[in-house]
Amino acid sequence: MNGINFKLNGKDVCYEGAATERLLDVLRDDYELKSVKCGCKEGECGACAVLIDGVLTNSCCVAMGAVDGHEIVTVEGYRETARFAKLSEKFAELSAVQCGFCIPGMILAAEAILSVNPHPTEDEVREGLSGNICRCTGYNAIVNAVLNAAKEGDGLW
Amino acid sequence: MKEICKSIRKKDHDPKIEGRSVYVDDYVTTADGREILTGRLLHSKFAKARVLGVKLPELPDGYTYVDASDIPGDNNVNIVLDDTPVFCRDTVEYIGEPIGMLVGPDKTVVDRLLAEIEVTYEELEPVLDIRTADESFFNYEFGHGDVEKAFAEADKVYEEEFLTGYQDQTYLEPQGMMAEPEADGRMFVHGSLQCAYYVHGAVARALGTGPDGVHILQDVTGGGFGGKEDFPSIIGCQVAVAAKKVGKPVRCVFDRREDLEFTPKRHPSLCKYKVAVKDGRVTAVDADVRFNAGGYSTLSAVVLQRGIIAAPGVYDIPNVHVTGKAVKTNTNPCGAYRGFGAPQTFFAMEMMMSHIAQDLGEDSIAFKERHFVKQGDTTSTNGKYHFPVPVPAMLGEIDALCDLRKKHIEYRKPQTGRYRRGIGFSAVFHGAGFTGSGERDLIKATAKLRKYADGTVEVLASNGDIGQGVRTTFPKIVAHELNIPFERVYYNHPDTARVPDSGPTVASRSLMIVGELLRRAAIKLRDIWQEGVEQEVEEHYKEPDFMIPFYLDRFEGDAYPTYAWATSAVEVEVDTFTGLVNILGAYGSFDVGTPVDYNIVVGQMEGGFLQGLGYASIEKMDYDGKGRIRNNSFTDYLVPTSMDVPNMKAVMHVEEYPDGPYGAKGAGELPLVAPPPAYIEAVEMALGGAKVHPLNRIPFSTEDVILEWNKEVL
Repeated sequence: MNGINFKLNGKDVCYEGAATERLLDVLRDDYELKSVKCGCKEGECGACAVLIDGVLTNSCCVAMGAVDGHEIVTVEGYRETARFAKLSEKFAELSAVQCGFCIPGMILAAEAILSVNPHPTEDEVREGLSGNICRCTGYNAIVNAVLNAAKEGDGLW
Repeated sequence: MKEICKSIRKKDHDPKIEGRSVYVDDYVTTADGREILTGRLLHSKFAKARVLGVKLPELPDGYTYVDASDIPGDNNVNIVLDDTPVFCRDTVEYIGEPIGMLVGPDKTVVDRLLAEIEVTYEELEPVLDIRTADESFFNYEFGHGDVEKAFAEADKVYEEEFLTGYQDQTYLEPQGMMAEPEADGRMFVHGSLQCAYYVHGAVARALGTGPDGVHILQDVTGGGFGGKEDFPSIIGCQVAVAAKKVGKPVRCVFDRREDLEFTPKRHPSLCKYKVAVKDGRVTAVDADVRFNAGGYSTLSAVVLQRGIIAAPGVYDIPNVHVTGKAVKTNTNPCGAYRGFGAPQTFFAMEMMMSHIAQDLGEDSIAFKERHFVKQGDTTSTNGKYHFPVPVPAMLGEIDALCDLRKKHIEYRKPQTGRYRRGIGFSAVFHGAGFTGSGERDLIKATAKLRKYADGTVEVLASNGDIGQGVRTTFPKIVAHELNIPFERVYYNHPDTARVPDSGPTVASRSLMIVGELLRRAAIKLRDIWQEGVEQEVEEHYKEPDFMIPFYLDRFEGDAYPTYAWATSAVEVEVDTFTGLVNILGAYGSFDVGTPVDYNIVVGQMEGGFLQGLGYASIEKMDYDGKGRIRNNSFTDYLVPTSMDVPNMKAVMHVEEYPDGPYGAKGAGELPLVAPPPAYIEAVEMALGGAKVHPLNRIPFSTEDVILEWNKEVL
């Protein structure tokens, strides 16, 4: 197939637009994956973070050409997993979702932490979330929700 | 803990965490399937200039330029005064002022065309300095006692200046609004906003339709913090005028740089305080408060009012004189931000108290303690603190959390070495609800409950959930009173076509004022409840009987029915080699009355507390000699991350307010007000105290620390 071939939320897709397009714009506009938020478009806030081969990446700083052959996960795909269900439950218990705009990125950041380190310390969680700005919560509830998910999600990660 | 305090799963938890919530930028088409055009603003490049002409490039089919000449109604945005235009008049008054809007189907083409527009200006001399600006939008003066006599009889008189900078709300979702002309001729405007009825009034006026010609919906809103109080009215008018002209839906969403540079923020301030001390006690405060309003007056009147009322802090001072000015400069208009004028004056007063105590050789906590107001005392405006003031107990609570008193004395002793420690303390209040008689005379809130035949109940009110949780707490109150499951009560985002005006989502008022109306409405509904039929009840705001009437013309009476209180402590370690300040701990005790949902309220306290710490330290924004804000990206305007204050603890102190639902008071703004003076007192202490390094401004950045420290070395 001509074009840029990659896996998006578990499905093989072929993008036929320009290699210079922004991944963020393509995910939102072409694939209508609106969980991916635009907070700054310069790689500073994490609202547009997605997983590329499991690594947390700000999609605003990725050109489509760099996506060829890789696997991308957004919350639209991740929300079907047991790991997501555990994180969601723990976030809910601490009312860690306020305005919600940073949350899809936060959830993927949590997955990126736990997938390589299933039992992180608080400092490790804080470091892992530090590329995702949340203006509402002061972070405590989010950090504790991730720690609780790690504690109770034994075997999931 | 009362039953109502127990936390429940928020109504908007699932859609938000699953990424299904639709924010204004997420609509692919309108609900009825129409294409949405992109609107982008043409911003002024000069701080003060006459606009002589706008030369457009050749516009392809489907692309349209919109400006003031297209406004069918009035080119004044309804805010407080009439001076803010929808699109500029003959002159521009600040860099970024909207001159026009370019509208079209392709975003990239719109941006290209926008860049090709040539504006010719006649540059005029801008006013940029808050000290020398001589035009003020608002001037206030009030006081009580005999200040002159107190100064004449004083043992010592202290004078000091305090400066505070901009702070940007930095809601994660930038500003965005959309307008859709409807088949029946009405204009439907929706987006990211706090105050649906403010936008309603503004759009109806700009379009000249009367109130029935428009309706406004709040979309899911990604944070506000005051930043979406007035500004959505302006963009709402702009997209509505554009949609009216082209006859199609138009959406304008700001990019981050545009948002940081050109939307309202906290007023920079200059406060000059003069304080009389006799026999070790403060006998008089004379405060001269100046806020930099920017190019238009927007919300400056009410922001300034709240600021100057708080000028004497939480202290009982017999003689008070306060003047307040909101000065016009050719800079971005400032507006509402959590705290609303009070963080500036509380910073000044708390630092003043600390500095006086240090000069008198007394520990500043003990000094402040001797001056705390108590129940029954007179407020700065000759009103009354009607309810218990729990500040002494709350000081005890944070002392228990961090050994405050001991460290506060310990760290004052001379320190050596690269790393020096300090701990600071502050005590503040936040007047609950609107200032003065606003609730009674202007807002006159109405809230409704509609029960459907199937037994579900809908809350009808105009307060938007902006993250603070009213979509959860309002139904929680109603379900509690009706004794029905929480799942059977719901609160949709307000649309002015179907909800009454229960007032704006501001002033920490929603839960306290509207929550109480809903509680009373629920009791009413419970009394008339009939199975299987549709029923509706309605409640109206009534001012509590105990209030001393407030007169704005002379700042007399109860400015607020009651107060939320906070005490805070911030402990730091300063690296004197690098200037880096490590916050070892930040502790707050907060009295917002009964927390109607414990997690939600703690989330408000922690979030606001961190914003306050950012305001004091790293959130630096300023304009240059041309009036341009240069810190317009997250690279240059830093907000706290998850690593900045890992040890932050908020505890709740409950002093119930009888006129709030279950004893609840205003909550949202309070936690931001406390940290700046505590942080600065701590840094100052680490640097050796006010005698060697008196600090009097925020933000106080790493660079400021290293410069200040090296003053001694040089």
